Amino acid sequence: MNELDEFRAEVVAWLTENRPPEPDFLLPESFMEVGSDSQFHYLRDWQQQVYEAGYLGMAWPKEYGGGGREQVYQDIVTAEMARLNVPFMTNTIGLNWAGPLILAIGTEDEKQRYIQKILSAEEIWCQGFSEPDNGSDLGNAQTKAVRDGDEYVINGSKIWTSLGSYAKHMILLARTDFAAENKYAGLSYFLAPMDVPGVRVQPIQKLTGEYGFTQTFFEDARIPASCLMGTEGQGWQIAMSTLTFERGAAGGQAGGLSMVVVGVADVVELARHAMRDGQPAIEDPHIRDELVKFLIEEQGDRLCESRSRVTALCSERPGSIALSGKLRGTELRRRLCQFAISLQGANGALWVGDRDAVAGGKWQRSYLNAFSATIGGGTSQVQANIVGERVLGLPKG
Amino acid sequence: MNKPQLSLAVDFSDEQAMLLDTATEFFRDKSPITYVREQLTTEIGFEQSLWREMVALGWLGLAVPESYGGSGLGLAEAVTLAEPIGRCLFNSPFQSCQMAVQALLAGGNEQQRGRWLPRLAEGSIASVAVIERAGDWSLLRPECNGIREGERIVLSGVKTFAVDARVAELIIVSIDFEGAPALVLLENAVLPEGALTREVVIDETRRSFRLDLDGIEVIDTDLILSHAALAALTAIRDTALLLITAEACGGTAGVLDIVVAYLNTRTQFGRKIGGYQALKHPTVDILIGLERARSHLYHAASVLGDTQHAEVALRMAKAHGSDAFAYAGDRAIQFHGAFGFTYECDAQLFLRRALWCQYQFGDALHHRKHLAGLLF
Ligand SMILES: Cc1cc2nc3c(=O)[nH]c(=O)nc-3n(C[C@H](O)[C@H](O)[C@H](O)COP(=O)(O)OP(=O)(O)OC[C@H]3O[C@@H](n4cnc5c(N)ncnc54)[C@H](O)[C@@H]3O)c2cc1C
Repeated sequence: MNELDEFRAEVVAWLTENRPPEPDFLLPESFMEVGSDSQFHYLRDWQQQVYEAGYLGMAWPKEYGGGGREQVYQDIVTAEMARLNVPFMTNTIGLNWAGPLILAIGTEDEKQRYIQKILSAEEIWCQGFSEPDNGSDLGNAQTKAVRDGDEYVINGSKIWTSLGSYAKHMILLARTDFAAENKYAGLSYFLAPMDVPGVRVQPIQKLTGEYGFTQTFFEDARIPASCLMGTEGQGWQIAMSTLTFERGAAGGQAGGLSMVVVGVADVVELARHAMRDGQPAIEDPHIRDELVKFLIEEQGDRLCESRSRVTALCSERPGSIALSGKLRGTELRRRLCQFAISLQGANGALWVGDRDAVAGGKWQRSYLNAFSATIGGGTSQVQANIVGERVLGLPKG
Repeated sequence: MNKPQLSLAVDFSDEQAMLLDTATEFFRDKSPITYVREQLTTEIGFEQSLWREMVALGWLGLAVPESYGGSGLGLAEAVTLAEPIGRCLFNSPFQSCQMAVQALLAGGNEQQRGRWLPRLAEGSIASVAVIERAGDWSLLRPECNGIREGERIVLSGVKTFAVDARVAELIIVSIDFEGAPALVLLENAVLPEGALTREVVIDETRRSFRLDLDGIEVIDTDLILSHAALAALTAIRDTALLLITAEACGGTAGVLDIVVAYLNTRTQFGRKIGGYQALKHPTVDILIGLERARSHLYHAASVLGDTQHAEVALRMAKAHGSDAFAYAGDRAIQFHGAFGFTYECDAQLFLRRALWCQYQFGDALHHRKHLAGLLF
C-alpha cells in the first residue's frame, strides 16, 4: 500500500468509528437548510470533531489553524465523506468562500482573527449579498454603509441569508458611495459582525415548511471601520472573487463534504424496489432508458472533473468545465430527484411524515430542496449567461 | 449493487498531446471548408496527395505494431486524429482503415496479419462491410453467406455501407458461414464488374457502397472463423464507436464555432442576436454537450484495453457524443434563419455529418438499451 492508500484507510476507519449516530430529526441536505437548533448543534459538533481529528482545512496554512499538508489529503477525506454518506460540514460559507477569500487577499490580522474559528465551527459565517429588490442584479445592491469616525453605520436589508440565525460574521456587500460613476464602483466589502446592536434576523420559512434562511435587517448598526476588506469601492471585485470560490470555479477551499450527495445509483436502488404493473420498475424498458440517460450525464460530469486535470485536453476553453460546473451539477440533481419521485407510483404524492412515504419522503423533500442550488449562488439562467458570455464570448443581453 | 464502479480514468500522454496539436493544425490547413465543398462532387471524395501526406506522417501505421511496420501505438492515438478530422469535416478512409487494422489484430491469423498489416501501414486502403440492407446494427447476425463447394466458398447476398470500398484494396466482409458469423478478407481485385454500386448517403462528403457478393468465390485462407471472427467483429464495433465519437466531438466543436461566429455578427432589432437568451442558452447547451462528450471520449480511449470498463465507456461515449453533435447541427440550422435553410450555409454540412455519425454503428437509444443490460 502506498502512503495515500494508507491515509485513505485511516480516514475510512476514523469516519466509520466516529460518525455521529442518526438523529431522531431530519437532517438538512445542505448549509442552506439548517433550520432548527437541534440540526445546527448536531452539525456544528460534528464539524468540530472532524477538525480536531485533523481532517478539515488540511491544505490551509498551519499558522492559521490549517493542516499545512498537500491538497490531495483533503480531497481523499472529502471523497470518503461523500462515499460513506456522513453529515456535511455546516460552516460552508466560511470554509469554502469567506475562508479562502481571506487567505487569498485578507490582511495578516484577518487571517489570525478568523481562519481557525472557521475550521472549528466556533464562528459561523453567513453571506449578505442578496437584497429583496436586488438578487441576480447583485451589482445594484442598495444597503448603505456610511463612514462615521472609526465605524461604519449600516442601514438596509439583506435577504435569503443562509445560516443567518446562527452566524457570528457576515460577508457583507454594501454601498459606500451613491454618487460613484457606475453602480459597481460604489460598492464595498465588509467582514461584518452580526452581534452588534441594530442587526436583526427574521427566519423565513422554506417551500418544504422548514426554515433555513433569514432576512437580515440593519438599523443604524455600527461596525468597526477595520471590518472593511480592501478599500472602499473594491466591493464588486471582491464579491466576484468570492463567487468564483462559491461556484467552485477556483480552488483553495477548506474541503470537507458540503452537502448530501445524491447519485444515480441511489435512484437505481429505488427503481429496484418500486413497482410497475406488478414488476420491479427496474425491469421497465422506459425506466431503464431514463436511468441510463442520467448515468451518462452523471458520468460525463465526473469525467469532466478528470479531464479538467489534463491541460492538453482543455486548452481551447480553459475555464469551460469549471464555469459550467454549477449549472451542470445542480440542474442534473434537480431533474434526478424529480425522476425519483415519478418512480414511486401513486406514492409519489406522499410527503414527509406519512407512514407510507417512500424513504420517509426523502425524495420529495430532496426535489424541493434541489432548487436551493439552482437558484442560490446565481440562478441557472444567470449561470448560462455567464458561460455564454465568458466562455463562448457571446454578447451580453 | 454488486456491479463494478464506473472508472473515472482520463489518461492523456505527451505523445497524444503532440499528435492532437499536429493533427489539429494539419487538418485546419489542408481541409478548409472550400476544400470540403470541392470534394463533395469528386469521385473518391478526397485528395490523393493529402492521403499520401497522412501516410508519410506515419498516421496510417499508428495502431499497427512495429513488427508489421507500424509505430506500435494504439487506437487511443488514432482518436487524436479523428477528432480534428471531424472538426474540419475532412473525409478519408482513415477510419475504415483503423477498423480493418483492429479487426486483423483481434482475429486475423499470422499469415493474414503478415499479408495485410504492413500494406495498411503504408497507406493501402481497407474497408469493412458489416451492415446489410435491413439496416440492423447487430453485427452478429449476417444473412449474407458462404457455401462450401469443394476448395472454394461461394458467397451470396448484399452488404451495405462498405465505406470507401471503391478505393480499398481489402474489404473485410461479414457473412454467415456454417451457422456462425465469419469474416472474409476480400480483395477488391477479385470483384466482378458491377459488384460495387455507390450509395446515396446523407453526408455528401462520404463515399459509401453497396457490395453484391453473389457468385464471388474465396478460399479458406481468406476466412476468419468462430471465436476469432467474434473478436474481430467486436474490434470493428469498438473502433467504430470510438472514432465516430471522436469525429462527433470534433464536428460539435466545428459547428459550435460557426454558431458563435454568426451570433456575434448577425444583428436584428438593433442588437447582436447572440444577446438573445433564446439563442444564447441553447448554445451553452451545445457547449455542455461537447464538454461531456469529450470527457466520455478520452475516458473511453483511456480504458480501451480494460475488459471490465471498455464496453460501457464506448457505448456511453457514442450515445452521448453523437446526440450532442446532432443537437448542435440541428440548432445551427435554426439559428441561421433562412440562410440556415440554404445549401450554401455550412451548417447543413455539419448536420448531415452528424446524422451520419448518429446512424452508423448504433444510435443513442440502441446503445442505452445495451448499457442498461450491462449496468443493471
Ligand atoms: C436556498 C437559498 C439560499 C440562499 N442563500 C443566500 C445567502 O446565504 N446569501 C445571499 O446573499 N443570497 C442567498 N440566496 C439568494 C440568491 O443568491 C438569489 O436568490 C439569486 O441570486 C437570485 O436572485 P432573486 O432571488 O432575487 O431572483 P431574481 O433575480 O429576481 O430572478 C427571478 C427570475 O428571473 C431570472 N433572471 C434574473 N435575471 C436574469 C437575466 N439577466 N437573464 C435571465 N434570467 C434572469 C432568474 O433566473 C429567476 O428565474 C439564497 C437563495 C436560495 C434559494
